Amino acid sequence: MAEEKTGDQVEPKKVRFSFQEGKGQPPLNLYLHWCKACNICIAFCPQKVFDPDRDGKPIVARPEQCTQCAICWLHCPDFVITSNYK
Amino acid sequence: MAQSKNSVRRLVQGNEASMLGALYAGCNFFAGYPITPSTEIAEGMARMLPKKGGRFIQMEDEIGSMGAIIGASAAGAKTMTATSGPGFSLMQENIGYAYITEVPCVVVNVQRGGPSTGLPTKIGQQDTMQARWGTHGDYTAISVAPASVRECFEQTVKAFNFSERFRTPVTVLSDEVLGHMREVITLPEEGEIEIINREKPDVPAEWYHHFEATPNLVSPMAGFGEGYRFHMTGLVHDPEGFPTADTNEIRKKLSKLRNKIVRFSDELVQLETTMMDDANIAVVAYGTAARAAQQAVLMARDKRIRAGLIRPITIWPFADDQIRALLKGIKTVLVVELNMGQIVHEVDRLAHRHCKVESLNRFDGEVLDPVEIFKRILEVK
Amino acid sequence: MPATVQPSDVAYNYLRVKKNFPNVWCAGCGIGTVMGSIIRAIDKLGYSKNDIALVSGIGCSSRLPVYCDFNTLHTTHGRAIAFATGVKLAKPHMKVIVITGDGDGLAIGGNHFIHACRRNIDITTILINNHIYGMTGGQCSPTTAHDKKATTAPYGNLENTFDVAQLAQAAGASFVSRSTVYHVQQMDKLIGLALEKKGFSLFEAISNCHTYYGRLNKEGDAVSMIQDMKKIALPIKAAKVLPPEKTKGKLLTGVLWDVEKPEFCSEYQKLIDNFKDEREKNNA
Repeated sequence: MAEEKTGDQVEPKKVRFSFQEGKGQPPLNLYLHWCKACNICIAFCPQKVFDPDRDGKPIVARPEQCTQCAICWLHCPDFVITSNYK
Repeated sequence: MAQSKNSVRRLVQGNEASMLGALYAGCNFFAGYPITPSTEIAEGMARMLPKKGGRFIQMEDEIGSMGAIIGASAAGAKTMTATSGPGFSLMQENIGYAYITEVPCVVVNVQRGGPSTGLPTKIGQQDTMQARWGTHGDYTAISVAPASVRECFEQTVKAFNFSERFRTPVTVLSDEVLGHMREVITLPEEGEIEIINREKPDVPAEWYHHFEATPNLVSPMAGFGEGYRFHMTGLVHDPEGFPTADTNEIRKKLSKLRNKIVRFSDELVQLETTMMDDANIAVVAYGTAARAAQQAVLMARDKRIRAGLIRPITIWPFADDQIRALLKGIKTVLVVELNMGQIVHEVDRLAHRHCKVESLNRFDGEVLDPVEIFKRILEVK
Repeated sequence: MPATVQPSDVAYNYLRVKKNFPNVWCAGCGIGTVMGSIIRAIDKLGYSKNDIALVSGIGCSSRLPVYCDFNTLHTTHGRAIAFATGVKLAKPHMKVIVITGDGDGLAIGGNHFIHACRRNIDITTILINNHIYGMTGGQCSPTTAHDKKATTAPYGNLENTFDVAQLAQAAGASFVSRSTVYHVQQMDKLIGLALEKKGFSLFEAISNCHTYYGRLNKEGDAVSMIQDMKKIALPIKAAKVLPPEKTKGKLLTGVLWDVEKPEFCSEYQKLIDNFKDEREKNNA
């Protein structure tokens, strides 16, 4: 999925992204100040990385499962999500 | 245009004079739609603008034409459209948009008999109040009314100068007779009449506010693509141009739109008088009707009747103070119009306490001739 | 979250972040996603912000330009394309983009829409089609499907709809494309192609209005409406090779029409250039 995201002119990444606890930055940054809890990122994340908090806003509950597929921050209508590994 | 260095005397049609006046004022964009009796202006612009490096477009309707000239002016062009009653009605919403976004532009309304389709090839002065109140909301109009082919030229130049100076839409109230008749006029040389252009900002882009508060309440104006990025909206907005619901900002904005004009209305007053010094009866007339009215005043003077003419050229804002002063000592004022009575209400508002206000109206598509006006003077004096 | 976290980098570079965010649209509305695609497409093409004009009319989609750090013009209802025509003709070097909706662009703005297509003026129109008037509370629009409900079609819409793409193609647009807010990567690509196209280019974005259309027609929340788009969308390249029964009721996406035609502003520039020597002679 990540390969298709960067389009044809960038050669696809060979190594799958893997994030170990405590090493390196978290996969995603959430600027929850702008989040409206619309549930799109939670519903569309193929790896089910997010869990909703009690307001329905996303929490990066399983960061190690994030494959940087970009679906969450491409879909987010409110520019809440930033990838640290884009 | 004045091809050679010296000025040129030429037989010119009224509509052509309006077009030439616009080009003289630096108009470089015209969007219009065919409508009798103003189409010659669009045809002239279609011929002349590309020659001068300007741009012409015939839009799909008058609403589109008004939108296009505002868009072009927002992008830095000096823009005009021309129409008649029906088109002028369609343009009203966007005229209001040009007013609130303070975009300079000129609308020439070559009036015809109304209402509705009315008398397309006949004269009327029936859009005077529409020029004042046509668009919805509190609006402060600037309208000028030429009464000769020479004034079609000069008042269009004035309209551009007023719209650039005050950053607001200006209407020229011409009509079918003026628009279609021909007179020999002297086309001024380049530079002979002063041309005013909108004030440009001199602050760096990040400080620029499109509706900056300034002493004369007219903000310097950048155009799109000139290195300044800004927002314009028809929603009431703050000085930066962003929508606001704050009642203070709303009052400030709407007051700015009005006060920038009414506080400096002395720059706008254009009033011509004939033999008013010792007059005890005053005839008030504007546009084409004023031509015959002036003749009638002379006829009355032959009969030793102390008549005088007051001819407003700037119709809106109405020259309250100047006309009130002129009407001091006047026994009777006769308002002559080619409609069922519109400016008469303004005169009445100023004069009814101390003089008799009479009117003479014709609205059947023909002009009032001097004899009819002279007879009315005899009746009312 | 730590205060140092910034909004996404794309947002930070292109949005007027000091303005009141989050944006005005309902939670889950697709218009925000379309705005993201527009910004990413512009970013990828490397246009200068000073050379871009976003012109919109009135409606939910038309609140998009105010958030973007370009030359932005929020005009009267239905008239965005007329205003944009003026901007483009006066400043042909600028990239003029119209943001409109199905009501603003096809109902009250329909006349300007078809004539801009016919004229093939170099304007990219992004029509966000949510099949309803959202801003005014859920009224029926020219693309509300037959029998579907709206506040002004309480017993089901009696009328038929436009096919926006066919309308634009028939009216003369030289580039017509469509996608949905589910297919965000396709939107990024198509908007980029539309922006690069010389001539009138239309990009139609099918979007979700769960607040009104979804609720009135029981089509669920934002997520389910967006998932439905995935089911009915069919790229035109695929549709060409599939048997007819496979493509029935499907929504064609991708580049639907792309032809070369004379573009209005460049034709006008040729006209101006014809008089160049006459102008030089006059000024001499």
